[in-house]
Amino acid sequence: MLRLITNRIKQGHQTIRDLRRPGVSDRFRGLPELNAGACPADCAACAAACPTRAIETAPLTLDLGKCVFCGACERACPRGGIVFTSRFRMGTAYRERLVAGEARGLNFYMSRSVRDRGEPRRFFRRSLKLRQVSAGGCAACELELNACSNVNFDMGRYGIEFTASPRHADGLVVTGPITKSMSRALEDAYAAVPEPKIVVLAGACALSGGLYAESDELDRRFLETHRVDLFIPGCPPHPLTFINAVIDFIGRK
Amino acid sequence: MNGTILKNGKPVGLKDIPVLPIGEFEDRVKAEALDGLRVVAFFGAAGGRDAVNLYCVLADDENSRLAAFATLFAGDRTYRSFTPDFPAFHLFEREAYEEYGLLPEGHPALKPVRNIFPAGSDGEVYPFDRVEGEEVHEVGVGPIHAGVIEPGRFRFSCLGETVHRLDIHLGYQRRGAERLFLRPGAPPEALLLLAETVAGDECLGHGLAFAQAWEGLGGADCPLRALAVRGLALELERAAMHIGDLAALSGDIAYLPGQAGLGATRTIVINTLLEICGSRFGRGLLAVGGVNYGLDGDIAARVRANVDAAEDAADRLCGLLFSSASVLSRFESTGTVSPQTARALGMVGPAARASGLSLDVRADHPAGPYASFPVHRLTLKTGDVFARAYIRRLEITQSFNFIRGLLDGLPAAGDLVAPPRPLRPEAFVVSLVESWRGETVHAALTDASGRLARYKIVDASFHNWSGLEQAVRGNGISDFPLCNKSFNLSYCGFDL
Repeated sequence: MLRLITNRIKQGHQTIRDLRRPGVSDRFRGLPELNAGACPADCAACAAACPTRAIETAPLTLDLGKCVFCGACERACPRGGIVFTSRFRMGTAYRERLVAGEARGLNFYMSRSVRDRGEPRRFFRRSLKLRQVSAGGCAACELELNACSNVNFDMGRYGIEFTASPRHADGLVVTGPITKSMSRALEDAYAAVPEPKIVVLAGACALSGGLYAESDELDRRFLETHRVDLFIPGCPPHPLTFINAVIDFIGRK
Repeated sequence: MNGTILKNGKPVGLKDIPVLPIGEFEDRVKAEALDGLRVVAFFGAAGGRDAVNLYCVLADDENSRLAAFATLFAGDRTYRSFTPDFPAFHLFEREAYEEYGLLPEGHPALKPVRNIFPAGSDGEVYPFDRVEGEEVHEVGVGPIHAGVIEPGRFRFSCLGETVHRLDIHLGYQRRGAERLFLRPGAPPEALLLLAETVAGDECLGHGLAFAQAWEGLGGADCPLRALAVRGLALELERAAMHIGDLAALSGDIAYLPGQAGLGATRTIVINTLLEICGSRFGRGLLAVGGVNYGLDGDIAARVRANVDAAEDAADRLCGLLFSSASVLSRFESTGTVSPQTARALGMVGPAARASGLSLDVRADHPAGPYASFPVHRLTLKTGDVFARAYIRRLEITQSFNFIRGLLDGLPAAGDLVAPPRPLRPEAFVVSLVESWRGETVHAALTDASGRLARYKIVDASFHNWSGLEQAVRGNGISDFPLCNKSFNLSYCGFDL
């Protein structure tokens, strides 16, 4: 018993107090800043370096739904045309807003990207239970989603938790590119969630197929037939990216 | 040992791999397996005009050598199954049957490996193992499980609370990863990122296995500084995942000090990777021919400080965990795998070492950073949950010591990447890495124009899921989560 108490004292308080503004290492690759002014004509070095074809030039845009945040474009550009900032708040309710460009700078992104639909706030502001379905997820997204509930991030303090059963959930969090083999189980899980319900896509695979977009083992029809409420980029999304997106979505301060 | 002798990561010409007549191939496999060689890879590859080559790679761990040979099926696609004599072949044979129609005659359970909805069927038709008897009941689980984890289907056959048989059917995660490596024109950097997601929790293990294979085929010499960073990162990944596993094991038995404290300790370690390369999993750290981030500035000093802090915390928490009677009563004698079973199934990694098998690629087939920094082999004997947990504790310390050793002798900063060279045409390479989960195998074949023609991946999980099936026999079904977590196997690493 004494050892347990000593351990508890040594351990101290490890929870991040303010999840909205914690310090993250400068090296973290979060929201990219685009500076097309640096681009010479006919240069497409960044686009050529991108493993998921997330970048288009003229005008310069980067699709965060496809981006795996590998940093290859940043390294390929000697002029600072694309720089990854350590900003982790990247979730959005609109697929098209995942396409970052110069016109859509940081402020645009930060202020308006999560939809205020009213409904999610009314129903889920104090409590949101989510059922996660891995449909080809490589375990990185799954590890980060689990980390959301650990003592550092403690997502539960906002009333946001993962449930074991879809019956107890208010929505699904889908990770992975949605394999053919998981497509039916995903539909079943969705059907089992009671109304009103939301769908959250987490990670580049779920958002666009990611590195597996060209695989012939995928069946992404689920996304054609069901409305997606929240898109959370990353490969995998950092726990702070996920938690902040969900908090914004349900309107918690 | 006969056949072509291979070294880890060193290519040989495809013409140097003997293609034996089927009878001779069968005799060769049996003779080598009887001699104690271990199957590392066993896979089909298109051999042109309806023909299929079957490649067999066996490991002679004591002598740090691999043997490779092949046979060609032109018309008749049958051979005598090796599984009845050597169970370690059972999944490899099922896989080659599923992918290339090579029929192993006499295979005791020729069931699907990754096929969930076979052509022509409307539903899932997997024939689960059954135990007959009036009082037998079955418990079905999955494909979606109760936690935030990957999918797979389990079927338990129980008498009362006791599990008599467990059959695991995977394949739900199949993304066709191996074929994506063969896309024409895909740059190696993109393939490296793909390798990192073969099993995202073994990002560095699979990434390194790919890099090693590619560099072997191209003949690139990775700069020394980059080799050191690679070793350091792989050991950080190992320590982080082992600490996370001990946290999860603590959670499964409601030992909250362990769950909370070790969970937070893992954060220190993965945030160290974040400081090195911008990703908590080490994504983007590796480059083909080296690394993208070389511990510049004061990062080496910060890595050392973090490693010291994490080791202190892990030591303190493991001290509590492994001296608590309530923990030991759940861990000890639960989910036991005997050394004989582990060897027969071809188990690898910490799970094998916990059952007394001295297998560690870092020591047995050293390459890259491990060629100049040897790693001591660790084993435990009991093969239960306790041993699989405690071997992790030992390996955490080992990894941290290894990292400190690398930091003490860090080669001077300089070039981090050796320029890539074209791949050697018509060559064959086997790249082995001891990731935290065990032996990670990437085998590659190139065609006449120097492009990848077949890419084969064997995750440690491919061997070890069968170990879990055996481990739970005779245990209470409520101990299954504990057994499962003590293995912590990959679904997508298996499903590819």
